[in-house]
Amino acid sequence: MRTAVSTLRLLEPRNLAEALRMLRDEPEAVPLAGATDLYVALNAGGPGPRQFVNLWRLAPLRRITMPGDALSIGALATYTALIRSRLVQRRIPMLARAAQEVGGMQIQNRGTLGGNIANASPAGDTLPVLAVAEAMVVLRSAGDERRVPFGSFYTGYRRSARRPDELITAVEIPPIEGIQWFRKVGTRAAQSVSKVVMAAVRAPRPRVAVGSVAPTVLRLYHTEAALAAGRSIEEATQALESEIHPIDDPRSTATYRRMVATNLLRRFWSDTARG
Amino acid sequence: MADRRGAGPGERYAVGGAVGRSVPRKDGIGKASGSARYADDLVFPGMLYGRTIRTTIPCGRIRSIALEFDPAGFTVVGHRDIRGRNVVALLVDDQPCLVETDVRHGAEPVLLLAHEDREKLLAARVAVVYEPGTPVFDPEHSPRSFKDLVIEKGTLAAGFASADFVVEGTYRTGHQEHVYIEPNGVVAVPEDGGIAVYGSIQCPFYVQQALATLLGPAVSRIRVIQTETGGGFGGKEEYPSMLAGHAVLLALKAGRPVKMIYDRAEDMLATTKRHPAIVRHRTGVTRDGRLVAMAVDVVIDGGAYATLSPVVLARGAIHAAGPYRCPNVRITGRAMFTNTPPNGAFRGFGVPQTAFAVEVHMERIAEALGMDSVRLRERNALRPGDTTVTGQRMGQDCSARQVLRAALRKSGYHRKRKAYAGTDRGIGLALYYHGCGFTGSGEVRLASRASVELTATGVRILSSSTEFGQGTRTMHAQIVADALAMPYDQVEVALPDTSLVPDSGPTVASRTCMIVGGILERAATELRERLGGLPPAEYFRRHGPLKVTRQYQQPEWIRWDETSFRGDAYATYGWGCDVAEVRLDRDTGEVHPLRLTAVTDVGKAIHPALARGQIEGGTAQGVGYALLEHVVMREGLMANAQLANYQIPTTLDTPRIDVILLENPYPGGPSGAKGLGELPMNGPAPALVNAIRHLGLDLRSIPALPEAVLEAMCVSR
Amino acid sequence: MRFTLNGNPADVAAHPMARLLDVLREECGLTGTKEGCGEGECGACTVLVDGEAVCSCLIPLAHVEGAEVTTIEGLGAAHPLQRAFMDEVGAQCGICTPGMIMAAVTLGTRPSLATIRTRLAGNLCRCTGYEAIYRAIRRP
Repeated sequence: MRTAVSTLRLLEPRNLAEALRMLRDEPEAVPLAGATDLYVALNAGGPGPRQFVNLWRLAPLRRITMPGDALSIGALATYTALIRSRLVQRRIPMLARAAQEVGGMQIQNRGTLGGNIANASPAGDTLPVLAVAEAMVVLRSAGDERRVPFGSFYTGYRRSARRPDELITAVEIPPIEGIQWFRKVGTRAAQSVSKVVMAAVRAPRPRVAVGSVAPTVLRLYHTEAALAAGRSIEEATQALESEIHPIDDPRSTATYRRMVATNLLRRFWSDTARG
Repeated sequence: MADRRGAGPGERYAVGGAVGRSVPRKDGIGKASGSARYADDLVFPGMLYGRTIRTTIPCGRIRSIALEFDPAGFTVVGHRDIRGRNVVALLVDDQPCLVETDVRHGAEPVLLLAHEDREKLLAARVAVVYEPGTPVFDPEHSPRSFKDLVIEKGTLAAGFASADFVVEGTYRTGHQEHVYIEPNGVVAVPEDGGIAVYGSIQCPFYVQQALATLLGPAVSRIRVIQTETGGGFGGKEEYPSMLAGHAVLLALKAGRPVKMIYDRAEDMLATTKRHPAIVRHRTGVTRDGRLVAMAVDVVIDGGAYATLSPVVLARGAIHAAGPYRCPNVRITGRAMFTNTPPNGAFRGFGVPQTAFAVEVHMERIAEALGMDSVRLRERNALRPGDTTVTGQRMGQDCSARQVLRAALRKSGYHRKRKAYAGTDRGIGLALYYHGCGFTGSGEVRLASRASVELTATGVRILSSSTEFGQGTRTMHAQIVADALAMPYDQVEVALPDTSLVPDSGPTVASRTCMIVGGILERAATELRERLGGLPPAEYFRRHGPLKVTRQYQQPEWIRWDETSFRGDAYATYGWGCDVAEVRLDRDTGEVHPLRLTAVTDVGKAIHPALARGQIEGGTAQGVGYALLEHVVMREGLMANAQLANYQIPTTLDTPRIDVILLENPYPGGPSGAKGLGELPMNGPAPALVNAIRHLGLDLRSIPALPEAVLEAMCVSR
Repeated sequence: MRFTLNGNPADVAAHPMARLLDVLREECGLTGTKEGCGEGECGACTVLVDGEAVCSCLIPLAHVEGAEVTTIEGLGAAHPLQRAFMDEVGAQCGICTPGMIMAAVTLGTRPSLATIRTRLAGNLCRCTGYEAIYRAIRRP
């Protein structure tokens, strides 16, 4: 179906500074990166944005570098780039894993990490990974740059700390101590939306985050505390059950999500046990 | 015997050697080069685009309709524009082409709009005011049926009296959406005081007849032409009559061509799906495993209008006792009305539903007896000389035991059944069959015809049989080439254009090879006699054109009583046995299909590679039916009408499929061929659910989603 | 909008937010690329942009400015994959075939079965059950 495009307006910044000025001066305009969600959202109807700032050509936003201690991943890095990056594979292999499960090859070639973050879906596959990595989201506006810890980035269902005049320019990943673990449970083996998606790190201070069981991605602080304190895995699963708020939707049920999240926690713990 | 490969492309074949070889296909390179033309690829000068305004409540009446857009440039069509009869002619003419007042489901067509500019077309607002009624969504509590039937054999009470065990069970199957990768679409083009319709169509003459009814005597020249079609599976058997009617009404009113291509969401929401079914079994069996009494009740959800539900019910019911002999059987069935979009033809046509039920039930009978379910099947499988539930006597072309044996051998079933016990792997099987051609007297009523005519370079086949991936063109050309003892590459196949080809009946019901191929074989044989030894092109050069047309002739031994469902339901049957191996992920309830072995007897594989392709594809579609494909209904409509939310198997969801083609010929088919298009649909679901049973999980409905599997795991703990 | 189309310079007048799929099929008249869903789920609309397989139903025209776009027509009619798809019956109805071939073109020589299955997971086929597609791609 041909989308009604004549009412859409695309602004074409030549560089990042110009993009930021456009976002400041055109409050109705929203950033457009890989566009893997654009036409799906437009076809679904409803009000939605009609002006876009085209980020696709802003090459500096694609860079994956390690200037110091932190791995800096540009917001425009595609899933394919994440999968191929040796820096990502070394520092945060669970992110490469998540990128492989996002969709088919075609989606991986266009979808971006910044887009996954900005889309703010509770089911975003990279979000639990960034949560347990305790990543830092770099936001820039025409006049400012600030960093928001990933744990504070989401403020409600599909709402984030990003202001309309700000762009996510990069995500910074600190060194991660411990064994990384990731599992996505989708509606089929490939190219699916997650029913439950979990990332975890086994370390003296364990970290666990889950998607698709609450209005936003969830860091399971009580569960982590139970594990860190040496409590049994059964007690930890009880903590998990109290922290998550899954619902029924066309893809799955609250009961299923609850059971699977619990099973995944146990699986994480047994998969990463040493000795 | 395994499938056989023909010689490579470009090779000439010895005369008399096309059938049974994987010859180069008549489709040419167009599908792979992008030059094949599907409905949406066609463009006509002055073409408009069409759009359907649909109801938004499942039940009630329309009080008023208001157009809330600037009418400039628009063509608007409502039911008052219909000159003939406002019906989509099919079996029972109960479905209107456009709603008048009564609303019976939430996606009924009310108004049609056309405009040159698609954005203006899509932006047009139409306000409809309704008086809502009280909808019926549960087929088991519906006040009305489209069809009721009873099939009886022997004396049920006596049978149960002689049984040592009685096993009961209720089995459920859900809707299934076709997901042909090309959605429904047509282009209607006014021409020569009449109208032509180009489209993604399985049955051009069904559309022709429906248009004649809709338009009345005012429009005498109606031509329907099939474009290259991107998948059918039954979803383009009857629905195109509705869509073509819409496009034609717009085109005639506007005086311009009108293209109507559904997008995926509209196609999934509004067009037909497989009938959901509830099948109840009550079976009496002796302690040594003989079936002595079978009572089966089949309820199918027909949706809001009859469409083909009476025939889906009939076919499903006839097969409902499985490929087994039993002296006392009673099958009852009803097709029920609900306020949902009408369900319709889908590959298998009632049998996937009832085959699922009986094959899982057989597993449970075996468990009740403490008997290996393979032995139970071997003991009761139909043999030549046995009679079916309709009293049809099986001939030598009955292959139930052969396919079972071959499947056991190829898959290593018994060994794995022991080895997998107590692990996260399961193995299960299903034995099934499928009647070929229209049920009962259907072929006689169709009176199909097909022709072979001479050309300057060879011969041309004229039939309304459509190609949509299953190899119609190729297979018909092979049959005709061999019957004429001429080179295969001198046989061409005419485009199915209703003004040029005779009505060979619909391309459905596993009949295109056996029935239409059979007619063509006879036409070609007669033509050969008339040629007096001259090659076709030579005869044409000397004597001019020559065409032979032949009509379906029912085999003289067939006896069928339509009212009592007694006699020879089908001329012959295809036979199959599937073995499925799965791995269970206990954390998530996901069932990963690892391998599916499909043994099918197809009589004769006219083109082994195409035949194998049909079995592989149908098997994959069955895997989706069993494990993945879930139509979520909310307020009588599909709530997940996007490919993101209705999941068909990807490469990673599809197991390795091992196909073995057996050839136990049906003497009445061309070179012994039976039908095979629908057969592979019947085995995968019960085989997979029986593999899940092997893991200790009692599931009796499909799709066997992880949610249901996890719940069954809790129950079994 | 200027880009390279099947090796030739193209200059198309269309809205920058028009879907690349529509521009290819209509403004450029190349109907080999098919629409199966408009959601990026089926892969029938797969083309190459700068050598990478993408769903053209998701690409705004502006995103291919200056890029190299290759469609099924860019392979002509004599690419070995095309012949293989017909002979091995990797194409039945053919509607998924152009997208499938464009995706397969990126797999390099002699891909393993595992690679094919993973990389083609975004190309849906309803006719073949995929087996013949693997046979076509792996044909020597």
